[in-house]
Amino acid sequence: MLNSKRLVLAHFWLGFISFGGALLLGAWQMWVRSPLHPWLKNPELYYRSVTAHGSAMAYVFPTLIAMGFGYAVTELALKKPLIGTRWAWAGFILVAVGTVTAMVPVAMGLASVLYTFYPPMIGNAFYYIGVVLVVVGSWIWVALMSINLAAWKREHKGVPIPLAMFATLAGAYLWGWTAVGAAVEILFQILPVALGFKTTIDVGLARVFFSWSLHAIVYFWLMPAYIAYYTILPRAIGGRLYSDLMARISFILFLVFSMPIGMHHLFADPQIGSGIKFMQSVFTALVAVPTMLTVFTICASVEIAARLRGGRGSFGWIKALPWDNPLMLALTFSFVMLGFGGAGGLINMSYQLDSTIHNTQWITGHFHLIYGGAIVIMYFAIAYDLWPHLTGRAMTHLKLMRQQLWLWFIGMIVLTFPWHFAGILGMPRRMAFYDYTNPEIAEQALSVVISTVGGLILLVSAVMFFIVLIRNHRGPRVVVEEYKFSTAVHESKTIPVALNSFSLWLALMIGLTLINYGYPIASQLLRSDTSVPAIPIGGPQR
Amino acid sequence: MSEERLFSLRNRWFTVTVGGILGVAAFSAAVGFIWLPSAHSDQPFQGVWNAICSAAGVPQQWLRTSSATPVPLVQTSAVAMTPQLLAESGSTSIGRGATVSMRCTMCHGVRGMSDANTPNLAGQYASVIYKQLLDFQSGARRNAVMSPMVSNLTDQDMRDLSAYYAYLPRPVALRSDAAPAVSVPEIVSDGAPMRNIASCASCHGGIDHKAGSPWLEGMPAAYTRAQLQAFANDTRHNDINEQMRNVARNMTPAEIDAAAAYYAGAQP
Repeated sequence: MLNSKRLVLAHFWLGFISFGGALLLGAWQMWVRSPLHPWLKNPELYYRSVTAHGSAMAYVFPTLIAMGFGYAVTELALKKPLIGTRWAWAGFILVAVGTVTAMVPVAMGLASVLYTFYPPMIGNAFYYIGVVLVVVGSWIWVALMSINLAAWKREHKGVPIPLAMFATLAGAYLWGWTAVGAAVEILFQILPVALGFKTTIDVGLARVFFSWSLHAIVYFWLMPAYIAYYTILPRAIGGRLYSDLMARISFILFLVFSMPIGMHHLFADPQIGSGIKFMQSVFTALVAVPTMLTVFTICASVEIAARLRGGRGSFGWIKALPWDNPLMLALTFSFVMLGFGGAGGLINMSYQLDSTIHNTQWITGHFHLIYGGAIVIMYFAIAYDLWPHLTGRAMTHLKLMRQQLWLWFIGMIVLTFPWHFAGILGMPRRMAFYDYTNPEIAEQALSVVISTVGGLILLVSAVMFFIVLIRNHRGPRVVVEEYKFSTAVHESKTIPVALNSFSLWLALMIGLTLINYGYPIASQLLRSDTSVPAIPIGGPQR
Repeated sequence: MSEERLFSLRNRWFTVTVGGILGVAAFSAAVGFIWLPSAHSDQPFQGVWNAICSAAGVPQQWLRTSSATPVPLVQTSAVAMTPQLLAESGSTSIGRGATVSMRCTMCHGVRGMSDANTPNLAGQYASVIYKQLLDFQSGARRNAVMSPMVSNLTDQDMRDLSAYYAYLPRPVALRSDAAPAVSVPEIVSDGAPMRNIASCASCHGGIDHKAGSPWLEGMPAAYTRAQLQAFANDTRHNDINEQMRNVARNMTPAEIDAAAAYYAGAQP
């Protein structure tokens, strides 16, 4: 049952529209800083665009997808109407209003501080207020997810929580806690300066708070993709989930480990001690565990599907997979990109290896491959899977969907592989201008040109994605059969209470945060000599 | 199942996960705070407690050799320039400044504008004027005329002067020696990135304004040129981070002339 179709559609559409706009800016950025375009004379325009691109892609798009998908999962998995629909709409409106509030000063060039804020640069206060509104809107979603689960649990004592809902809650709690870092930074450090109550800011502390959010936010983006791996894909390709318990353990591990590790973004920051960096490096490595569990479980599930379809042999079963199914393609592409991106991530999280690529284009290549590649392609898959149930109309353009996914995969590889390479060559990130005629950086030119081509391929793919969705809205009405999530090979009637509740894991998440962030935050809060004058951003002050 | 207690030492999920995480934390802390720092032979890492403090990032004094502050060979500016410096001023300050400014009129004109090839003061940023006055007084910037003029000014005098000149309206008329509307030269709009020269407009207004940078439109060409040359040959060095000296050194004489001529003719 899916009652709140309009609610879910509104979230997905606003999310995808912001994605489309941000993608245009991204492609433009690739273009203007490549050798194909003469120098953009005003670097501020570039940073303005980067700020809009990052803010929309990082804060608005994935948040709306997670929220919309969460509402859909709640009704579909719990098989009861969503409690608090009005609140859900209020949350949506907050996100929408927040997006506009943030984007207006960015468009006016008053907040070109990039989405990571980078104090002591201080932009227009409305930019930060807009971001806060988006986060507050998403916190309403976190609360609603929790309330809906609690209500269901009261009615179903001792029954295992449906996996999709369990995973959604893990994502919601993860986001609720991880957003606290950036929220503290904005509310207590940046906004007082942006509003004129203070003129100095503790930059080191602000960066620590942001790192609290910066890495776990990626796992929040990742959650819908992982939920789709476990609960949609095996069903969509006609198989079964290899292990329901393994899935729960993976989500729990993400919940516990993804938060207190963000300091590997600050390996080059002098205000953090090397011991603390090392500890967080160790915990970052542990996040590889749930990723590996997932890769194993999903590959096993896919093999089950193939053998059910008559696949034989050690590898021969791969041929038996439904390769004409867009979701099968999306999963494969997602895993390939996750594999390469994850391998790069191991370099980023290693305290010593990181120093070779820190702040180079490698990093931008890395997070585009993981997020824009492995995660966003699963957002497409989720939309393709869910859309008929939202519109009551058939998806009739399977070929176009397959082409779109192929193009996104190819485009992302062409975009990010040379991008990584340019980073290894030493090309710094966050710069508006590179003079490729200079012999020292001339060798980077080819990589950048290839990347730009990748960006343009992605643009074509996105246009095709919108065509598929819009055509569905105009497609023939069909009677949609009941939405089903994957079923596990062994459906357990009872599961350990640890895997059916969150209290222990939330306690561990918060406890581990205190262990890993307690000292760095406290030590800098207590020092009086850590603030620097704020630098207002926003054009000539005349 | 509902009777199974989670937060209990009998529940293996509880003991294994909590114990495991604490174990990993303790192990990584031991490696990161004791073992790895002990591999250093530097003085701050000697001993377990020192190693832990160093790894935690507790500020320590490195390479303690002498406690005496080194005496700078060149007098540098002592002004801490922030975007908020003298951002607001009261009318009393402006009024006092007008009185004090009588001594400046000989060169800078009755209302902060003169044809004597002195810099415009009318409408200039208060913080800019204040910093230059302080630097003239401290000797960080030297000028045969200005240095004696400011030697007996109090700090309040200088704040008032700055407030007064900032309060005056920017001139609308062009200077008599200005070249007729020159198009914006590349050094002003784009700089020369490969020579590490940011565009003039990225700090002096046009693209962006940075604290401490004066606006330059309508400045006498002779003055701008002289200052750029002084920065280039290090006779002026009150830009504490060498931001102007680094720019000026890398500018060609043609670029200096182009920038000076452009700003002289630009409308304030």
